[in-house]
Amino acid sequence: MADTLLDIRNLRIEATSYPPGEPPRDVVLVEDVSVSVGKGRVLGLIGESGAGKSTIGLSSMAYGRGGVRLTGGTISLNGRDIRLANAKALRALRGREVTYVAQSAAAAFNPAIPLMDQVIETCLLHKVMGRAEAEARAVMLFGKLGLPNPESFGRRYPHQVSGGQLQRAMTAMALCPKPDLVIFDEPTTALDVTTQIEVLAAIKEAIRDTGVAALYITHDLAVVAQVADDILVLRHGKRVEYGTTAQIITAPVEPYTKALVSVRSIEHVEKADAPPVLQIESVTARYQGTPFDVLKSITLDLPAGQTLAVVGESGSGKSTLARVITGLLPPRQGQIRFAGRVLSPALAARSRDDLREVQMIYQMADTAMNPRQTVGTIIGRPLEFYFGLKGEAKRQRVQELLDQIEMGKGFIDRYPAELSGGQKQRVCIARALAAKPRLIICDEVTSALDPLVADGILKLLLALQAAEGVAYLFITHDLATVRAIADRIAVMYRGEVRRYGSKTDVLAPPYDDYTELLLSSVPEMKLGWLEGVLESRKMAAAGN
Amino acid sequence: MHPVLTLVVQRIALGLLLLFAVSAVIFLGVAALPGDTAQAILGQSATPQALANLRAEMGLDQPALTRYFNWLGGILTGDLGTSLSNRTDIATAIGQRLGNTLFLAAWAAVISVPLAILLGLVAARYNGRWPDKLISGVTLSTISLPEFVVGYLVLYFLAVKWQLFPSVAMVFPGMGIMERLNAVILPVIVLVLVVLAHMMRMTRAAILNVMQSAYIETAELKGLSPMRVIWRHAFPNAVAPVVNVVMLNLAYLVVGVVVVEVVFVYPGMGQYLVDHVAKRDLPVVQAVGLIFAAVYIGLNIMADVISILANPRLRHPK
Repeated sequence: MADTLLDIRNLRIEATSYPPGEPPRDVVLVEDVSVSVGKGRVLGLIGESGAGKSTIGLSSMAYGRGGVRLTGGTISLNGRDIRLANAKALRALRGREVTYVAQSAAAAFNPAIPLMDQVIETCLLHKVMGRAEAEARAVMLFGKLGLPNPESFGRRYPHQVSGGQLQRAMTAMALCPKPDLVIFDEPTTALDVTTQIEVLAAIKEAIRDTGVAALYITHDLAVVAQVADDILVLRHGKRVEYGTTAQIITAPVEPYTKALVSVRSIEHVEKADAPPVLQIESVTARYQGTPFDVLKSITLDLPAGQTLAVVGESGSGKSTLARVITGLLPPRQGQIRFAGRVLSPALAARSRDDLREVQMIYQMADTAMNPRQTVGTIIGRPLEFYFGLKGEAKRQRVQELLDQIEMGKGFIDRYPAELSGGQKQRVCIARALAAKPRLIICDEVTSALDPLVADGILKLLLALQAAEGVAYLFITHDLATVRAIADRIAVMYRGEVRRYGSKTDVLAPPYDDYTELLLSSVPEMKLGWLEGVLESRKMAAAGN
Repeated sequence: MHPVLTLVVQRIALGLLLLFAVSAVIFLGVAALPGDTAQAILGQSATPQALANLRAEMGLDQPALTRYFNWLGGILTGDLGTSLSNRTDIATAIGQRLGNTLFLAAWAAVISVPLAILLGLVAARYNGRWPDKLISGVTLSTISLPEFVVGYLVLYFLAVKWQLFPSVAMVFPGMGIMERLNAVILPVIVLVLVVLAHMMRMTRAAILNVMQSAYIETAELKGLSPMRVIWRHAFPNAVAPVVNVVMLNLAYLVVGVVVVEVVFVYPGMGQYLVDHVAKRDLPVVQAVGLIFAAVYIGLNIMADVISILANPRLRHPK
């Protein structure tokens, strides 16, 4: 093709792994991947973590993170093979022909330098244009990306602007030197859903207006379907399927792609009402030394053996609610009733039974387990603490619990580092279950997991609920998860409950403004969804 | 008021409070020693009457608190008291000595600080490769040798064997600046060698720590050269730890140079202190102790203030 910009052939990428206690060995991260991007086209790279999407993305700048080595194949950019180019040649193309937008803009901007200096740095370094021209272009891009006060925005430091704004500034930084190709590495994954849609729209418009080609890396097929012309599905460093966006979404061929497309298809019918196990009564709370309430008079009920999903964006107060229920943060007003009795506001004053009956599972299973304890010790601890089990009896019960979380025999003597992300979360579930609780608070337990793995965890939670009759308070920002698991839903916004009721009631119109915004912002796996939403929002705004 | 200004004023106020506390400790420490100044002057065989007379004359019969505030009041008005051993005004004697010490320290600092930071940056740039190992090896061996050994080695080679510089760092009032520099060049070399390693290692460690950040990858992906990445993107974020170590070493250059001054017979504060400790000249010991404390506290406040000013989150609040 005459207009091919990037042509990757039979790419092989390796790294050296250093497993503890074993000699170092080479591992293959990417094997035999071929793909090409035409000028002005957008290619989506999709796959779960470890699929090699970022590694492939960065290889188009011949960059290997850490000890990653590009060991085979060709990477031709603008007609020349860059895989083995020398450092000087690579510096000349990085930031000039290819630029990069990182997942966490908050970490990817230098905290000590004003935004404008960082945004125009490549323009000056590669002598694309002079300072005045570069600044004018940056201001133009700030405006195009919908940043507030584009004229003065660049004078701010990274900590002075929000995460969504930083992500847009990073896009402006990538577009400023007029590159041929931009690599977007999960640019909206760290954002709230309502922010994501805005950033996504801004990125899409910027790509279209500047005519730049792009690699768009994400694990969310619904997101990539909105921006990409073609999609490459990856798994374990190998190509699974490669086709146009329309073909991948509507007519996937490979079983793995089909699974990705149909993910989040759990059908959960809400249960009939039951007497409440948890009653939150006009709870108001604030953190010490801060002047405002994080929770404002929250009243919610959770029926026994059911799931109450608490939905909201970051800063809405949903995790604080969990802290109040567990007693980590005593409320200023209001009280928590559990199985009819009033729980003491402070953790220290609660009885051992109070503690046992309310358990927690966290977002980061990694940090919620002691890395130096085996799975058996981790799950055995509550058995010993609450029920006094020891020795063989304890081991037997641990094995029962492992069977319940579908992990079987071989795991009891393993360490957390030897488990996958989904397995770690399962161990945390087993540990919570070991206490025979009546309520488990699940704080974003699936957010750090790949979609298919997350699906498995949700199915497990539902099965355990049916078997044990345990209630879940399920904190999440992800509405698809809510649909899959909730009996009741509370929508939180800035410390208040905006909407509360059974799942059917909450998810049916008429909506309040915030719930409407939240629901309509969830990406749907169909072509043209983004345009549709933006169009209807524009119409609604014009109507008002 | 700008929050940074508030913080800086707070630090300075705290520093003054600390200095005040230190003055009390010094005074108490000296007062707790057996015998007093009158005893020291008149010796063991003095009659009680003579002692009482001298005490009354010197105000030593006053309560300790009164004496303390008299001493403190004197210091605030520039009167550090009178030396026992030679009956001279301490302020005048110290003035000249302090000038000499600061002259030596300033030249050592002017050379060692930029050199240490530069070497630290280069070592970080070639982390684990031969330039890093060479720099670390050389600076660590110079810090491992006691100062007097370094001093005598330098003396032996540069002054005795090759006769490049004078062996004794004689300075006197009215000396020209070039003569003065020529005189202090050997002690400056020794001091530089002594403080270099600490500052270099800290710069290297702070830079390597920052190099793990995501924004360093951003800078690399912009096509910046490694040295430019370090200088422009890593160093501004490594200033705070580096400044703290630099200030500690500067303080050492002022208050810790006794050995070097003795080796080179340099008329600075260190020698002055050693001489008068030997003679049990308590007013001098008190005065010098307070000045050293003031230098230490002052430099540490400066380190704090620079760290505050180097932090964009404090400089530009939301």
